[in-house]
Amino acid sequence: MLSVLLCMMRRDLVLAVRRMSDVLTTLFFFIIVVSLFPLGIGPEVEILRLIAPGVVWVAAILASMLALGRLFEGDYRDGTLEQMLLAPQPLSVLVLGKVLAHWAVSGLPLVLMAPLLGLQFGMTAEGLGVLLVSLVLGTPAISLIGAVGAALTLGVRGGGVLVSLLVLPLYIPVLIFGAGAVEASVTGLGAEAHLSLLGAILALALCFAPWATAAALRISLD
Amino acid sequence: MLEAVDLAAVRGDRRLFSGIGFSLRQGELLHVTGVNGSGKTTLLRMLCGLVVPEAGDVLWEGKNIRAEREAYLRNLLYLGHLGALKDDLTGIENLRVAETLAGEPISERQALDALQGVGLNGHEDLPVRVLSQGQRRRVALARLALSRARLWILDEPFTALDKSSVDALRTRLEGHLNQGGMVILTTHQEIEIDAAVMKQVALG
Repeated sequence: MLSVLLCMMRRDLVLAVRRMSDVLTTLFFFIIVVSLFPLGIGPEVEILRLIAPGVVWVAAILASMLALGRLFEGDYRDGTLEQMLLAPQPLSVLVLGKVLAHWAVSGLPLVLMAPLLGLQFGMTAEGLGVLLVSLVLGTPAISLIGAVGAALTLGVRGGGVLVSLLVLPLYIPVLIFGAGAVEASVTGLGAEAHLSLLGAILALALCFAPWATAAALRISLD
Repeated sequence: MLEAVDLAAVRGDRRLFSGIGFSLRQGELLHVTGVNGSGKTTLLRMLCGLVVPEAGDVLWEGKNIRAEREAYLRNLLYLGHLGALKDDLTGIENLRVAETLAGEPISERQALDALQGVGLNGHEDLPVRVLSQGQRRRVALARLALSRARLWILDEPFTALDKSSVDALRTRLEGHLNQGGMVILTTHQEIEIDAAVMKQVALG
């Protein structure tokens, strides 16, 4: 079972490396959106520091939406998704492998870039650290939840817009606790509570999202 | 043994077919015929368990394929009219991924031999994207040499193949049938396959 999971991850990572442009568009979208805010608002450090966590988090969510369409679309078009459904192993395991690879190429680069972007907002070292941790916990959850939406809208005309409408509301808890964690630590309340809740969301998503995604894929391919 | 009992399919408001039933034993070949749009691909996908039948059951060794999913899928090889190949992977990589997913991991050597078996010498290290339609088809068909599945379900396997590849595929199918395998296929070409028992299902 582990071997198919790793095989799936390796395949998607190899494909991503051979199509670097897809990975880079997501990353640059994130960088540009975040950078637009200090330019638009001006150099008042107090205001920038206040909005920084929210801006970074919203930009990360939008950037991940951008990559979501590619998650199953290619496999659907060339027929490899059909073969995944016909694998004797549980489909949810294959889905988990795909989502983890997807996170590694669309989520992880954002996480690594975020502290650098936070500097533009005059964030403190402590704030940057909490932002990083919150993104490490939150972005995999975003990929997992997004996968359900991507699977449901597979092959639907105008699926890209539809998936945003379906999935963005589900991201609200992640956004609230993610951005809230940074705010809480800056105001001295401590980020532990928020980060624990983010961890809980991630754990729940890890348990249920692959399974729901697998069910959605079966429906989409019927 | 594969049995289909009173299968029916509906697409949108249209009834594609109904009352389709047959049984397939070791060494038997089933040829699904019908005009374009009569539901051949739907029937094949239904036999794989990808499409839920509107009515009826598909049974493998007497048990419903939905109940015995894993045992059935281990014995099944389905090649659809989409090649199920990743454009950016080489032939070897494509075969190795496909076989790992099918639960029968293979070495690079085995993948290479299978590709040479379908006459793709010298093309193993190229991304499938640059191959011609017929060559891509042959990469997909190379799985037949690697698979240990007893039941092969092939959707238009002869399309885009040149004459020698058609002959090679026919020999491969006959070999599989002689070893007690089962084959279900659709094709528009007139191809004589030497099977002990050849059954037909006509749709539409």
